[in-house]
Amino acid sequence: MIKEQRYVRETAQPKRQTIPLAIGAIVIFCLLILRLWYLQILSVDQYRALSENNRLRFLPVAASRGAIMDRNGVVMVSNQPSYSLTLIPQEVKDAGAMMDHLAALLGLDRNDMEERWQKARGRARYYPVVIAIGLSQDQVEIVEENHLRLPGVEVAVKPTREYRFQQSAAHLLGYIGEISEKELSSEGYAEYDPGDYVGKNGIEKAWEQELHGVDGGRQLEVDSRGRVLRVLSETYPAAGNSLVLTIDQRLQEAAERAFGDQAGAAVVMDVNTGEILAFVSSPTFDPALFAGKIPTDIWEKYLKDKRHPLQDKALSGQYPPGSTFKMITALAGLDAGLVNESTTVNCNGTYELGSSKFRCWNRHGHGVVNLRRSLKESCDVYFYQLGERMGIDRLAAMCSQFKLGEPMGVGLPGEKRGLIPTSAWKLKRFGKHWLPGDTPPAAIGQGYVLMTPIQLVSMVSTVANEGTVYRPHLVKRVVDADGKVLREFSPEILGRVAVSHANFMKVKEGLYAVVNDSGGTGAAARLGDLKVAGKTGTSQVVKMGVDRKRQLPYEYKDHALFTAFAPFDKPEVAVAVVVEHGGGGGAAAAPIAGKILRVWADLKKPVPQPVHPANTKLDEPGPAAVIPEQQTEPVPAEDKSQ
Amino acid sequence: MIDRRLVTNFDWTLLGIVMTISLLGVMNIYSASASYTVVGAPYYIKQMNWLAFGLIITIVICSVDYHLLEDVAYWFYVGLLILLLLVLVVGKKSLGATRWLDLGVFTIQPSELMKIGIILAFARFFNNYHALGGLSVRDMLYPLVLLGAPTLLIMKQPDLGTSVLVVLIASSMSLFIGMRWSTLVSFVLVTVPLTWVGWNHFLKPYQKNRVLDFLNPERSRLGSGYHIIQSKIAVGSGGFWGKGFVKGTQAQLRFLPEQHTDFAFSVYAEEWGFLGTLVLIALYISLILWGLTIARRCNDRFGALLAVGVTAMLFWHTVINIGMVIGLFPVVGVPLPFFSYGGTSMISFMVGIGILQNISMRKFMF
Repeated sequence: MIKEQRYVRETAQPKRQTIPLAIGAIVIFCLLILRLWYLQILSVDQYRALSENNRLRFLPVAASRGAIMDRNGVVMVSNQPSYSLTLIPQEVKDAGAMMDHLAALLGLDRNDMEERWQKARGRARYYPVVIAIGLSQDQVEIVEENHLRLPGVEVAVKPTREYRFQQSAAHLLGYIGEISEKELSSEGYAEYDPGDYVGKNGIEKAWEQELHGVDGGRQLEVDSRGRVLRVLSETYPAAGNSLVLTIDQRLQEAAERAFGDQAGAAVVMDVNTGEILAFVSSPTFDPALFAGKIPTDIWEKYLKDKRHPLQDKALSGQYPPGSTFKMITALAGLDAGLVNESTTVNCNGTYELGSSKFRCWNRHGHGVVNLRRSLKESCDVYFYQLGERMGIDRLAAMCSQFKLGEPMGVGLPGEKRGLIPTSAWKLKRFGKHWLPGDTPPAAIGQGYVLMTPIQLVSMVSTVANEGTVYRPHLVKRVVDADGKVLREFSPEILGRVAVSHANFMKVKEGLYAVVNDSGGTGAAARLGDLKVAGKTGTSQVVKMGVDRKRQLPYEYKDHALFTAFAPFDKPEVAVAVVVEHGGGGGAAAAPIAGKILRVWADLKKPVPQPVHPANTKLDEPGPAAVIPEQQTEPVPAEDKSQ
Repeated sequence: MIDRRLVTNFDWTLLGIVMTISLLGVMNIYSASASYTVVGAPYYIKQMNWLAFGLIITIVICSVDYHLLEDVAYWFYVGLLILLLLVLVVGKKSLGATRWLDLGVFTIQPSELMKIGIILAFARFFNNYHALGGLSVRDMLYPLVLLGAPTLLIMKQPDLGTSVLVVLIASSMSLFIGMRWSTLVSFVLVTVPLTWVGWNHFLKPYQKNRVLDFLNPERSRLGSGYHIIQSKIAVGSGGFWGKGFVKGTQAQLRFLPEQHTDFAFSVYAEEWGFLGTLVLIALYISLILWGLTIARRCNDRFGALLAVGVTAMLFWHTVINIGMVIGLFPVVGVPLPFFSYGGTSMISFMVGIGILQNISMRKFMF
C-alpha cells in the first residue's frame, strides 16, 4: 500500500497524540464556559428580567395564500381577511371562565371553543390557541372594545378564500378548510398548526405546497397588561405562489350554463397540447361554505340531491362510453386489416352469436352499411361483428395505446382509472374465462367498459390529432407573488397510437358524417361555419330488455354522451360531454357540446377582452393553437386599464 | 474465567465520574419533569432503571477481552452497513425520517450503533496501517471510503446530527494517529470551497431549506428560534448561584422544549447557576481527560485507538449538546451523555464506558 509501512504491532503507539487532543478538548470546553459566563454573569440582569417580570408572546402572521387565475390572468380565487378569536394560555388565569364569558359576550358556541382548546393542549403556553373562527365585524368590534377586560384574548386575522365566480369550477378549484387532526399528524403537514387552513380538494389540495406560502410571526415582549414592549425577533411571512390555469373562465362559465339543471360533466381540451380549457361537473356547489362550518340545511341539501353535486364527475365519474367507443373499435379493425372503408355488413336489427342475440338500437335494422355509415348512424351490428372478429384482447391493446384504463394523471386528487376489460382481467376478477358473448357489448362501449369524462376527451383528442396522447393538464404556470414566472408546464406526451394517417382519416370522416351528413346522430352539434366532427353515445344504466319507450324514473334513464373535435380540417379543440340520465346522446349531449364549441369559436374572434386591471402583468396571450388571433392582434394597452 | 487481577485493576475513577454525572442527571430529570403529569413511573425512576441496566451492560462488556473486538470489527461494521441499507428500504418512518428498523421483537436504530461501528472499523484499520510522519492524503483514501459509506446512508435517512457525529469521531481518531499538516490543509482547502459552491450554486432553495430543517427541526415551524431564546433565558437567568432545585421558573412553567431530554442542561443551568455548570463541565472535562489517559496508558495500538474513539464520541456529544442549548450551534437532537433522559442513549454511552473500562483494566496484562 505505502512504502513506509512497517510491522510494529505493539511498539509504535501514537501516545504523543493524546496531548494535543487533550489540549484541543480543553480549549473547546473553555469556549463553552466563556459563553456560559457571558450568559449567566454578564447578561444575567437582562435574562432574569425576561424570565421574571416580562412575558414573551408569539404573534403568528399567516402567509397570504396564492391566487388562482385562468389562462388569461383573470383571477378566479383570491383572499379576503377572516377573523378568528385566540386565547394565549399563559395569560389567561382561568380559561374555562374566560371561554364562558366570551361565549356569552359574542354569542359563540361554547362546546366548539372547548373542543378547540382541548385539541391544543400540551402546546407552548405562549402560543395563541384559536378558539373560534369566522368572527363577524361586529364580534371583532366587541372584542376590541373590551380588550382591557379580556387579558390574553386576541383577534387574529387570517386570509380566507374568495371565489370570484362563486360556484363556477368549484370541483376543479376545490376548497380550503381547517386542518384536520389526521392531517396534522401526517407527514406532509409537519409545519402546520391547529387552526391553519389547508386545501381540502381540487387544485387547492393538489397544489397546497405552492399556494400556502410560509407563515411568519413576531416574538414580542409584553408587559403584564399585554402591551408590547419590544419586538424580539420577527419572521416575515412569505406569500404563497399563484397558479395560472389552462382554463378559460369565459368558456368554463358558458359550458356550465349549457348544462342548466342537468347532471353531468364536460371537459374541453386543446387537441395539440392537452391543456384543459373547461372542466365542468354539474351541478356544482359553493366552495366558500367549506371554509367555516357548513350550515346543516345546505349540507343536507347537497347530500340528498340525487344529482350528487359534491362528486367531481369529470374526474371520478366512470361511465360506459357507449357508442363513442366505436371510434376505437373502428380504428382497431382498420389497423388489423379486418375491414376497410368499403367493407359492408347487412344489419337487420339483430346480431346472433351462438344462442345469444344482440340487438341494434334500431330494431328495424340499418340495411347494408359501410364504415362511414355505421359511424354516422351508430349501427351496433356492424361493430358487434367487427368486435367479435377482432377479439377482446386486440381491442384492449388499441385502448392501451390510447392510455385508457389507467388514470391520466391530471394532477387532482381522486382521479379514477376507468376500466378496459381483457380476458386476463376477467379471469383474475371473476375467476371466469372470457366468453365469446362478452365481446360484442365491449365493442360498442358497454359491458365492462368504463371511462371517465377526462378519458373520453383524451380519446377523441387523440383521434383528432391522429395519434398523440397528451397528458390532460390544468396548470399552465406557477408565478410568485410579484408575478415572476417560477415554473412553466409544457405539453407532456403520454404515448402515441401507431395507426396510419389513412386509417385515422377514415374514422374522422365517419365522425364528420355523424354531425354533418343528413341522418347523422350528432346533427344537434352542427355549427355551420365551424366544422365539427363527433360521436354520440348512449350508455345504459339498466339492462336491455327493460321497455325503453316507457318514461323511466330518473335513476334508470340512460346516460347521454357526446365527444367531438373541431375544426375538422385542422383540429384545435376536443370536447366530451356526459349528461347523467339524460337519455339519448344525440338529443341531450350533442346540443351542449354544440353550445360549448360555439362559444369557443366566438372567443377566438379578435374582440378585445377587458382584462382585470390588477392582473395585467400576468395577462399573456394563450398559445397559438388556442387563441391565435390574440397573439397576432394583441389587446391594446388602453383597454387593459379600463 | 475472570482473572483476579482484573478486579483489582478495576477503574474506579472512570466509574466514579460517570456515576456522579448520571446521578446529577437523575436529580435534574426529577426537577425538569416535576411539572409533568406522567402516566406510569416518573421519568427520574425510569432513568435510574436505565442507569442500572447500563451498569450491567458495562460489567458484561468488560468481562470479555476487548482484543476479541479486533476480529469482529469489520464484520460488525459491514453488518451495520447492511442494516443501514435495510433501514432505507424497509425502515419505520417517524417524524419525517426513517431511522428505525423493526426486528419483530424490538426496534433498533442502526445509525446509533454505527457510532460504535465506525470506532471499531477505524481502530482495526489504523492498527494495521502505519504511516510515518503522519497520514498523507493518499493514506486517507481507505478511511474516507470506510467513513463515507455509512455517513451518506445516515444522511439519506435523513439524520444529519448522527452523520456529523460519525464524521467527527472518525476525524478525531485520524488526528490521534497523526496527520501531516499538508493533509489537514488540503482537506480544509477541498471541503470549504466545495461546501460553499455547493450551497450557493447547486442546491435549490427547497433543498437548502431541507438541509436547514435537518439542522434545526423547529426552524420552519411558526415561532422558529423560540426554543433557543427560551433556553438562553433559562440559562442566563440562572446567574451565578442559580434559582435553586425545582425553582427554575422557565423550567417549571414549561417554557423549555424537550426539557428532560435534549434541553436538560438548560434546566440544570437555570437552577444551579454558573457555579453548577462549572462543576458539571469540570466533570465532563475529567471524563474526557481520563479517557485520553486510558488511551495513553494502553499497551497496544488497537486499545488506544478504541479508547480515543469512545472518548471522542462522549466529547462531541457533550460539546454539541451544550453548545446547542446555549445558542452556539443549531438545534440538532443530540443528547448530553449520562445527563439527558433516554434509554437508548444511556445504553449506548454505557457500552462506550464498558469498552473504556475493559481497556483500562487490561493495561498491565502484556
